[in-house]
Amino acid sequence: MLTEHAKVLYLLDTLGEIVGRKKLQKMVYISQKLKFDFNQRFQFHFYGPYSEELTVMTEELCELGFIEENQQDKGNYSVYQYAITEKGRDFLHHVHVNLGNILPIASKLNDSSSRFLELLSTVFYFEQLSREEVEEKIFTLKAKSNYSHGEISEAYRWLQELRQSC
Amino acid sequence: MTPTLLEEEKVFKDPVHRYIHVRYKTIWDLIDTPEFQRLRRIRQLGTTMFTFHGAEHSRFNHSLGVYEIMRRIVTKLEVLTEEERLLCLCSALLHDVGHGPFSHTFEKVFKTDHEEWTRRIIEGETEIRRVLSEVSADFPKKVSEVIGKTYPNKMIVSLISSQIDADRMDYLLRDAYYTGVNYGNFDIERILRLMRPAEEQIAIKYSGMHAVEDYIVSRYQMYWQVYFHPVTRSAEVILKKLFQRAKLLYDCNYHFRIFPEPLVPFFKDGPAKLRQYLDLDEATVIYYIREWKREEDTILSDLAERFMNRRLFKYIQYQPLDYLMWTDLQGLFEDAGLDPAYYLEFDSPSDLPYDFYRSGEEEEERLPILLLMPDGSLEELSRKSDIVQSISGKRRFDHKLYFPEDRITDEIRKRLGVN
Repeated sequence: MLTEHAKVLYLLDTLGEIVGRKKLQKMVYISQKLKFDFNQRFQFHFYGPYSEELTVMTEELCELGFIEENQQDKGNYSVYQYAITEKGRDFLHHVHVNLGNILPIASKLNDSSSRFLELLSTVFYFEQLSREEVEEKIFTLKAKSNYSHGEISEAYRWLQELRQSC
Repeated sequence: MTPTLLEEEKVFKDPVHRYIHVRYKTIWDLIDTPEFQRLRRIRQLGTTMFTFHGAEHSRFNHSLGVYEIMRRIVTKLEVLTEEERLLCLCSALLHDVGHGPFSHTFEKVFKTDHEEWTRRIIEGETEIRRVLSEVSADFPKKVSEVIGKTYPNKMIVSLISSQIDADRMDYLLRDAYYTGVNYGNFDIERILRLMRPAEEQIAIKYSGMHAVEDYIVSRYQMYWQVYFHPVTRSAEVILKKLFQRAKLLYDCNYHFRIFPEPLVPFFKDGPAKLRQYLDLDEATVIYYIREWKREEDTILSDLAERFMNRRLFKYIQYQPLDYLMWTDLQGLFEDAGLDPAYYLEFDSPSDLPYDFYRSGEEEEERLPILLLMPDGSLEELSRKSDIVQSISGKRRFDHKLYFPEDRITDEIRKRLGVN
């Protein structure tokens, strides 16, 4: 029961907190692409790969009191901060979660910005295309984000490193 | 490029839109392809027919309906070129072509993705690709990108995939019509008449706000009354368990009375071939389920009999915070000789997410519905509509446990709190 929910809880328990809905989405997507056992369906949306299923799971976890969602005011915008609660930890003791050695990768992803994870997840999403085509996609679909060639190269470097470390 | 027109317009009769008009040869040819005709054998609402007996309509009906709505939209959009119009129409027609039998459950168990199959059907070795390639060499890729939401022109993408798009408008009306419920109806003519291009999407003139309100409320009602109906969910649970059991038996080299050859590529962990996927439809799946009724494996035969004869699982409301109850039940089911992996299931709305209206606040991934105000400015819908405001972004949580009431012991009954 709630086995997929438990994996999200486990991630939060391991990391302490995740700041930003977008960051949580992209972290789960990238982890899934790296063959960690997340089973949500992702589709390409406004900020890249996005899962409605994951959004609802997160809301259900909040509703059950297993995680806390706090809105952080950042001046002209706000972001949501997620952390596991005691109730969530109790629940986690009753379920078996096996996400392998996800901690080093999850920590690395959690330490980077949502903006970069949006780019990285987009590169993962279009992985089957040539570098040239991927760059074209990023410059057209994410024109407003104004990503530079340097950032795209960095995303490719991460992709290779992450793949090698798994 | 000027798309080729048919000598005279063709029409299909349709119970929802009255007529579906076809003028482009490409559309006519696409409808005739085997890959598109296959959609006749895939129901739009899967197991909903167990609850609403009228819900036997197919993805073929729906795809034509989405095409017709798109046709009405693009006819009025002067910002589009002739090729872009055809691109919108082909994308609308083909947006669901990758769906398989009982898609939702099938995809969950066998970890396939109908969007990925749609891309492969459009860009792979198929009749559909051949027809699209007659427009231009890169036309299949363009259609695939529009459906995959990665096409550069966001306005075109939004017509087929946004919070008010041709797909949603057709399925609400069509599903309401075939299920016989009243909830899904809204004034589509008014919405279409008041659509205007705005920035990278479509806006609705403010005078059409009440029609849009109806559309949003319809979505809300249809989800709870039809799509997430507990009886439909019960049939899905049995189907899921059937697929899981058949796969496990295959993995254990079980000797099936009739070898389920078309399903084997999906029982294996590797990717199936396009031809294998296209060979599969609901008629095939139902044939094997019917045969499984006579299998020696008692779990498989019991589940198959339940599915074929609508002996569905019963359900109770369940509060997941009581997770000790779940653990207890697992033990009690085992004691009773019922494998809980197949006879006890927890279900929550996250399994079938309802895309309720979102106002597009920071970090949300959906474009909001915009109203075009009399002074030319654009306003987000929920800022102007109290009705939409009241249901926007609000979840309803509804968790249930499913079990075979006819086989549970008194102890289980007591723990479940059922008489």
